[in-house]
Amino acid sequence: MYFGKRRNWSIPYVLFLVFFVLVPLALIVLFAFTSEAGGFSFENFRKFLMHPEAMNILIYSIGVALITTILCLLIGYPAAYILSRMETSRARLLVMLFILPMWINFLIRTLATVALFDFLKLPLGEGALLFGMVYNFLPFMIYPIYNILLKTDQNLIEAAEDLGANPRQVFFRTILPLSYPGITSGIMMVFMPVISTFAIAELLTINNIKLFGTTLQENIYNGMWNYGAALSLLMLLLIGIISLLNTQGSARAAEEGGLI
Amino acid sequence: MQQKPDTSIITVQHLSHAFGGKTVLKDINLSIGKGEFVTILGPSGCGKTTLMRLIGGFLKAMEGKITIAGKDMTNTPPHLRPVNTVFQRYALFPHLNVFGNIAFGLNLKKLTQEEIKKRVMHVLKIVTMTDYEERDVDTLSGGQQQRVAIARAIVNEPEVLLLDEPLAALDLKMRKDMQMEIKAMHKKLGISFVYVTHDQEEALTLSDRIVVMREGEIQQIGTPAQIYNEPENSFVADFIGESNILNGIMIKDRFVEFAGHQFECVDKGFGLHEPVDVVIRPEDIYIFEKLEAAQFTGKVTSSIFKGVHYEMMVTTPEGFEFMIQDYNSFDVGQTVGMLVKPFDIQVMKKERLCNTFEGTVIDKSHIRFLGNNFKCDEAQRYESGASVKVSVDFRNVILHDNEEDGMLSGSVSFILYKGDHYHLTVLTEGDEHIFADTNDIWDDGDRVGISISPDTIQVAND
Amino acid sequence: MRRILSSSYLGILLVMLYAPILIIIVFSFTEAKVLGNWTGFSLKLYTSLFEGGVHHSLTSALWNTLIIGLSAAVVSTLLGTMAAIGIFNLSSRQQKAVQLVNSIPILNPDIITAISLFLLFVSLGISQGYTTVILAHVTFCTPYVVLSVLPRLRRMNPSLYEAALDLGATPFLALRKVMLPELKPGMISGFILAFTLSIDDFVVTLFTIGNEGLETISTYIYADARKGGLTPELRPLSAIIFITVLVLLILINQRTAKKTNMKTI
Repeated sequence: MYFGKRRNWSIPYVLFLVFFVLVPLALIVLFAFTSEAGGFSFENFRKFLMHPEAMNILIYSIGVALITTILCLLIGYPAAYILSRMETSRARLLVMLFILPMWINFLIRTLATVALFDFLKLPLGEGALLFGMVYNFLPFMIYPIYNILLKTDQNLIEAAEDLGANPRQVFFRTILPLSYPGITSGIMMVFMPVISTFAIAELLTINNIKLFGTTLQENIYNGMWNYGAALSLLMLLLIGIISLLNTQGSARAAEEGGLI
Repeated sequence: MQQKPDTSIITVQHLSHAFGGKTVLKDINLSIGKGEFVTILGPSGCGKTTLMRLIGGFLKAMEGKITIAGKDMTNTPPHLRPVNTVFQRYALFPHLNVFGNIAFGLNLKKLTQEEIKKRVMHVLKIVTMTDYEERDVDTLSGGQQQRVAIARAIVNEPEVLLLDEPLAALDLKMRKDMQMEIKAMHKKLGISFVYVTHDQEEALTLSDRIVVMREGEIQQIGTPAQIYNEPENSFVADFIGESNILNGIMIKDRFVEFAGHQFECVDKGFGLHEPVDVVIRPEDIYIFEKLEAAQFTGKVTSSIFKGVHYEMMVTTPEGFEFMIQDYNSFDVGQTVGMLVKPFDIQVMKKERLCNTFEGTVIDKSHIRFLGNNFKCDEAQRYESGASVKVSVDFRNVILHDNEEDGMLSGSVSFILYKGDHYHLTVLTEGDEHIFADTNDIWDDGDRVGISISPDTIQVAND
Repeated sequence: MRRILSSSYLGILLVMLYAPILIIIVFSFTEAKVLGNWTGFSLKLYTSLFEGGVHHSLTSALWNTLIIGLSAAVVSTLLGTMAAIGIFNLSSRQQKAVQLVNSIPILNPDIITAISLFLLFVSLGISQGYTTVILAHVTFCTPYVVLSVLPRLRRMNPSLYEAALDLGATPFLALRKVMLPELKPGMISGFILAFTLSIDDFVVTLFTIGNEGLETISTYIYADARKGGLTPELRPLSAIIFITVLVLLILINQRTAKKTNMKTI
């Protein structure tokens, strides 16, 4: 209704999104249901079910992602809580310090972790893999939780104290429930990328452990586009289901992803 | 006081507007004279800001015509209209300092820097903000920001200055000062001011003419004195100042009955025994101890000192309550005499005498109106499917606390105290008005259930 | 007591986070080929990093990374800002739809974005190189720009734009002189975000860069690591990047802290 409204300005980007986001996703589906010879088929999925190797890697990856997420939550929540209780300017600097390592290329960081393990004479393997994962993704857990704790109305905590809650009860009945949105978005921001990482695992385990991301990459690289697409589609479905189960968390994660 | 067309700077003809299907302005006709100070007054949601935004060009009129300075500008975008606006929250550009803000319009006109500087300094002097030109706008107080906003608008020498609730964000003391300054500025500049506010006192203080609006319609246009002394309907009477509004009956010309007594008045031209609304301002009722000289008597139920006068509530033996303002105080419980002079009684035509709806007969016992099927005794006299006129007395509309208890639900949108009962306007879910008389106390915005007893629905042929 | 406990907890976490980086920085001052061997203090790696020609492929990878990062950041800032203005004026239903699609590249794992774009380019038969990498980077950067500009639009006093029109500005001038200055902070943070996302990206780049020998820092390191080691010059390079970013962030932090302090006074 306004003169000179600019709703049309969204058109180029909408077209861009269709062409570079929706069409490519549709292509994954298309390739997944096409056999090597061409033509519609379930061949790729049959192959997945017949060869337990890929399935095992997928399940193993989910396991690694789960453990990483839990470790990040256990380590990150106290850190976020301590930060949220600090004087703001000091906390801001510390939060910055937690995010800063993200600015180093993650491959270099991972190689440095390998160097650290060598330096400390620790063996590479599953332990190193988990350390590397937590190391890489911990800030993604701390930041959203810190943010939500910071926004928590101090009056609510005082009200709980006023109503007779002891510090333990205040935490478990007030602070923790109030920070659920931060926790869920933190979980989204750690779990989802971990399942799909590739290269980190190989470097940290001297090629002994492969995660699902690597399986995807290898298939595509070896020209098995259809099978690779089918595996990608499975992963997409897995992630879609998790996002749907946690629409709020994913919406928040989408917003906060931009802040890190 | 109606302006002649040749001296008017803005004319608005048959202007209507709607947002998402909801009508916010209905057939507005208005003309604003050169150099006139016109205030558009009404409660929030009455359409006053929409009307102003249509004049400013920020909204495009759906129906009707707007003429500014003799040219049809209905479809002209805002930057080509010879009007400037002072926005509600000032809307100063935060990235520019005071000078940059005021010079904004002049820079666009490509004036020389010298000329711009001269004119900016000139308006800064008008708004008494000399020496502030280098200041950042967010370091200014509310009153100062207000002045800069006005300076930024008038520096462009518009034909009309639009002011959208410019003082709403200021505290009371500041508001009073700014009112005087705006009035003085209007005199000095000699251009037309169109001022939008919900504050009736502000409107009475500032304006040459006031346009009172309600629910998208103009209720009355007149000078402050006309609006105050001769309100055209009970809404205007209630909205402007304090008032006693009562149901009355016009016995004959210059003779009206209300509150159980008959009074001489100055109004004529009503029908014999026509129901009317009567308005008496609280300061127009004389109150005294001598009962012999009184037209009617009552007992003081409360008395509050208001600084200059006392505000007292007096209840008559007939059960009517009057608000009276007087310099003398009377004790609570004291019986007093009261008197009203004929020219202090304002008699107004009633907008409606009962609720009327378009209805359809469903069967022998049901009539459909307001989107619901109501049980109705009189329905048996009509054929199924016949269109009929349904009327329901104000007294017979039953309101329930619980929305589910009613046939339909709505919210109270306007409350008028009539001395011995309340006259409520209820807006239904379907955006229809139902009027109800009740002795119960409701609040503005209360959600209510509405029902009507089958024997009180009156039906007539369409 | 509690204070000491919580401070030391944060301290330990930070040490854990910074230990690998410290190792890189420390070992950038020695000549050893293998990370972890200390063969005495030396600045040789720093000098050889800057000597043209010696590590031609590393310098060209660095340039490629910067060029791709800057192009992707510029394009996505322009596209994203324009999109944000458009989205802001859509009905709330349309806004929700566009924002949903906008969040797909953010939520999608890198590898899915990478594979989907790879399939797009091979299906269309587009030869991969600079253009495809930049397009791919724009795809995952623009959503972040949209997300950093939209809140500024929502927070902007809508009367500001109207005030500019009221004072005689055409819609275009009102956009340039009032709206853009208001959106600038959002655009700048969107630009920085896009740039860092781009230079940090590895997976999407790997899938869209083609096999014509084009390398960015990420793909260079990956190839290096697969060969079994890290080019020693990457140590001083990482150290320089890290220190630069650290100094920049501290400066920005201090400036904003000062600004907020001044506002509160």
